[in-house]
Amino acid sequence: MTEKKPTPLLDNLEAGPWPSFVKELKKSAKSPMVQDLLGVLERSYEDKMGHWKHGGLVGVRGYGGGVIGRYNELAREFPDAAEFHTVRINQPAGWFYTSDVIRTLCDIWERHGSGLTNFHGATGDIIFLGARTSEIEAVFGELIEAGFDLGGSGSCLRTPSCCCGMARCEWACYDTMALTYDLTQTFQDELHRPSFPYKFKIKSSGCPNDCVAAIARADLSIIGTWRDDIQVDRTAVTQYAAGGQIDIAADVVARCPAGCMTWDGRSIGIDNESCVRCMHCINAMPKALAPGKDRGATVLVGGKATILGGALLSSVLVPFLRMEPPYDDLKELIRAIWDLWGDHGKNRERVGEFIQRIGLGNFLEQIGLDPQPEMVAQPRTNPYISYEPKEGRP
Amino acid sequence: MAQIVVGDVTIEVDEDGFIQEPEKWNVKVAQALAETEYVNELTEGHWRLVNYLREYYQKFGVAPMIRKLCKETGMKLAEIYELFPTGPAKGACKVAGLAKPTGCV
Repeated sequence: MTEKKPTPLLDNLEAGPWPSFVKELKKSAKSPMVQDLLGVLERSYEDKMGHWKHGGLVGVRGYGGGVIGRYNELAREFPDAAEFHTVRINQPAGWFYTSDVIRTLCDIWERHGSGLTNFHGATGDIIFLGARTSEIEAVFGELIEAGFDLGGSGSCLRTPSCCCGMARCEWACYDTMALTYDLTQTFQDELHRPSFPYKFKIKSSGCPNDCVAAIARADLSIIGTWRDDIQVDRTAVTQYAAGGQIDIAADVVARCPAGCMTWDGRSIGIDNESCVRCMHCINAMPKALAPGKDRGATVLVGGKATILGGALLSSVLVPFLRMEPPYDDLKELIRAIWDLWGDHGKNRERVGEFIQRIGLGNFLEQIGLDPQPEMVAQPRTNPYISYEPKEGRP
Repeated sequence: MAQIVVGDVTIEVDEDGFIQEPEKWNVKVAQALAETEYVNELTEGHWRLVNYLREYYQKFGVAPMIRKLCKETGMKLAEIYELFPTGPAKGACKVAGLAKPTGCV
């Protein structure tokens, strides 16, 4: 075991009342791998540069992804952190566990790796940090035994992920967890055997609050919505008005981005045709307002965070789709996108960038969708759209 | 740095076992590399992939995208994984003596 070395620079990061990753690492410092990890990290702070090499290629038999190779260029000095690979594990939809399952996962990881975990990575996977190449197959075997599987990495379908949906949330307009499980099972090949130009993420949110931030991060965002009117409980509205905790005129009506609400001091009025599903009024008065009853999802395409190119927000592809098993329409759409992007996308070009390059019109024609007004970004301020604002509405 | 020895040839390899001196690649080296990727015998199917990868790499300086590899060799992705259990990037590219494909983030 490596001798415990002082880490004065890292120790600074433990100061203050907030959580500290250094504090967490030190809890696991009985592992020689973590001890050396701390050593490498301290050195990085001294040298003001990282000492991890870019890109290793480590994997298990039958899969092209799921493990990300990490090698340390100071292997001689920190031999226990020379190989410190990352293992991605497909999380249960909605991130529900029993404590037994978490114990099992942690036991597997203490037997075969550094013991460090990350619940959860940005994609949503469970992350095991710090694996030696020689242990990967053993970890994989035990994970399978425990009912788990690796997640996606590389130019593949990344592990689909969703909000906790109907399990906990009254706003969920469809069962996000059922959909995510179904898509994960349907697209096992695309998930484990990379064959795309670049990564492809699918995230599902039950309502426009979009708790998994699908719109900003996912190449395909499936966001719950409704087609009819917001449900209003008039008695509860009166109680909100009488309670005085919320100023309905200032806090709700005046903040409606579509300007589609009215309040006369006694009853609330909503011009549902102009509602943009921002969820603000529903969030502000949860006992009085609720999404409509005719529920489904809007499918959006092209979101991504900044990596090679700049960030993009998703834009509407299908304004309303009913979300019921077996989700054939959605799957057909996904396959059509993959076929087109797979054949014509450049290496490391996300689907959003691809659409920008070839144009939305061409994209729609190729995947067999008709253009619709909902696909226009900001229609009310778009100079090509004739729009007559009604009185008192932006 | 690690090395592999094939007959009287010694070749430097990186941490993942990719050869660092492509000019030293030959059929025997390919066979030795194949064994490190759970391939005991290089059959005609293996060579179809390896040869295509080498030709493409020599022409363009990069490995082809997976979809192109499937189309040009007429193989389904599942068949490639049957031949090279660790997949085209790790298994086939290594055996073909190509530079390591860029890692994924």
